[in-house]
Amino acid sequence: MTAIGVGRISRRRRVTNTILCSLLGLAVLVALAPLVAVLVYTVQRGYHALSPHFLTRSMRGVGPLDKGGGAYHAIIGTAEQVLIAGLLAVPLGLLVAIYIVEYGRGTLRSVVRFLVDVMTGVPSIVAGLFIFAFWVVGLHKGFSGLAAGLALAVLMLPVVVRSSEEMLKLVPDELREASYALGVPRWRTILSVVLPTASAGITTGVMLAVARVAGETAPLLLTAFGTDGVNRSPFKGAQSGLPLYVFTQAGSAFDVAVRRAWAGALTLIVFVLLLTVIARAVTARSRVGVD
Amino acid sequence: MTAVDPPALARSARRRRATRRADTAFRLVTLGSGLVVVVLIVAIGVFLFVHATPAFRKAGSSFFTEKAWFPDNSPARFGIAALAFGTVLSSIVALVLAVPVAVGSALFLTELAPRRLGRVVGYLLDLLAAVPSVVYGLWGIYYLVPRLKPVEQWLDRTVGFIPLFHSRAGIYGRSLFAASVVLAIMILPIIAAISREIFRQVPRADREAALALGATRWEAIRLAVLPYSRGGIVGAVMLGLGRALGETIAIAMVLAAAFKVDFHILEPGGNTIAANIATKFGLSGGAGRDALVASGLVLFAITLAVNVVARGVVYRTGLAAAEGKP
Repeated sequence: MTAIGVGRISRRRRVTNTILCSLLGLAVLVALAPLVAVLVYTVQRGYHALSPHFLTRSMRGVGPLDKGGGAYHAIIGTAEQVLIAGLLAVPLGLLVAIYIVEYGRGTLRSVVRFLVDVMTGVPSIVAGLFIFAFWVVGLHKGFSGLAAGLALAVLMLPVVVRSSEEMLKLVPDELREASYALGVPRWRTILSVVLPTASAGITTGVMLAVARVAGETAPLLLTAFGTDGVNRSPFKGAQSGLPLYVFTQAGSAFDVAVRRAWAGALTLIVFVLLLTVIARAVTARSRVGVD
Repeated sequence: MTAVDPPALARSARRRRATRRADTAFRLVTLGSGLVVVVLIVAIGVFLFVHATPAFRKAGSSFFTEKAWFPDNSPARFGIAALAFGTVLSSIVALVLAVPVAVGSALFLTELAPRRLGRVVGYLLDLLAAVPSVVYGLWGIYYLVPRLKPVEQWLDRTVGFIPLFHSRAGIYGRSLFAASVVLAIMILPIIAAISREIFRQVPRADREAALALGATRWEAIRLAVLPYSRGGIVGAVMLGLGRALGETIAIAMVLAAAFKVDFHILEPGGNTIAANIATKFGLSGGAGRDALVASGLVLFAITLAVNVVARGVVYRTGLAAAEGKP
């Protein structure tokens, strides 16, 4: 800063600058405070309630005032529901991303892109209502883990598309051209050159999408419905899920249930944050990735 | 051209045809997947509408004016007046709280902080979005609400002459205000992430020109950065609004359900469309569930409209939104 004006900046301008820049810094602290508060408090409350017992027992036969009981059934439910959602949303999302980046042209491509973005804004409860109206009641399938997986897939799809789209765009055109020059057809170029190049970034996107839907409660209420016992089959009968479990336990007036809610919350947050952090680490180590 | 034996020529022609067919097939598969997105959005609207019709027919125009929610009673009495009011009011309060903090921190991270620090803190802010809403709800009940009570009392004492900040019974706690604070925390990372993306698009030359002319850091922000990104910030705020309108579980947990149209946001009680669906669904009969689907259709329509406008605004600023991008 060798500007002529340095000495001449009036006191008022200097003070304004200091005050407003500090306010912006303060905004960062205010924004970070809840993150720290949520994490610290959840760990504090959840740590004492969490035990091997909690992770290996269900709620079958546990009365409202009983100690003990766990989230085993809910963890199984969440694992199955998220797996189903991923199996549906990841291949479909990838294909949509390939359409947008590699094949799409003109208005239709813009419309698809726009609707994917709009779809990220569909509230999770609406996704739940949709599957309830379409699958649970409409097709008379009843509540099930599969229905929950469908609802989560609706929420996961746009996230997978958007992140894969970004990653495919980062693949340099030279790679595609080199492949064409060798006489490799377009579809094989996409599957065996473009996708592998973008795979690290795509993996990150998928993991973030999983982390996002694994914590969803609202859609589960309307699709899996929840139950106290272990139901290993996602295709038949109501199932619980970890977020849903936290919600129901927290709704109880009794301390023992609230303790279980905190244990569940800690389990959930550890899973989701671990997934998020690992996801970022995957791209951080590869060349193709944002930032 | 050297002579090529005819069978080989035929073979390569056949192979080329097969390749072309495979290419077309793959293109059509991806095109079909793209269309699935379009179909899904339409299907959500159609299925909700079909299921909502009995409820609409039963309630008639009172669906939009009635405050109470007794769809399973006979005669049924239900409407979304109180719910829609609570949804909009809590979202507005959340925006008022979240936008300055989100935009302010985005400005600090892109304009003032060293690049490395900016990236690390930005990453931490993104983590705020990864926390599940049920955890926010639990935290809201047991941590935030008790600690907000003194704040609410203080607000009432100092600016209580404005009805908005007055509690007539002198009770505070699981109020619309508390719910809005939780909402604000939840929408903060989205607004901050998109704002950061937008500030990063401001041409460096604009900023440096301002500084070279002797502007202070703040003046450079005010003269170069903010005017350039105004449209994008409006879009970011609207995306935050869309999120706030649809947030369910955290509100269902923090807010003590009450069906009222009341501007006294410090008094406990209130409700939103989404939270009402979550709390009422399990215990509702068939008619009750139809009514909940009807309210969900209204929510879908509102959030769809907000999102379409918001994306339009963000697109026009020349930015593919930052959301969903790792």
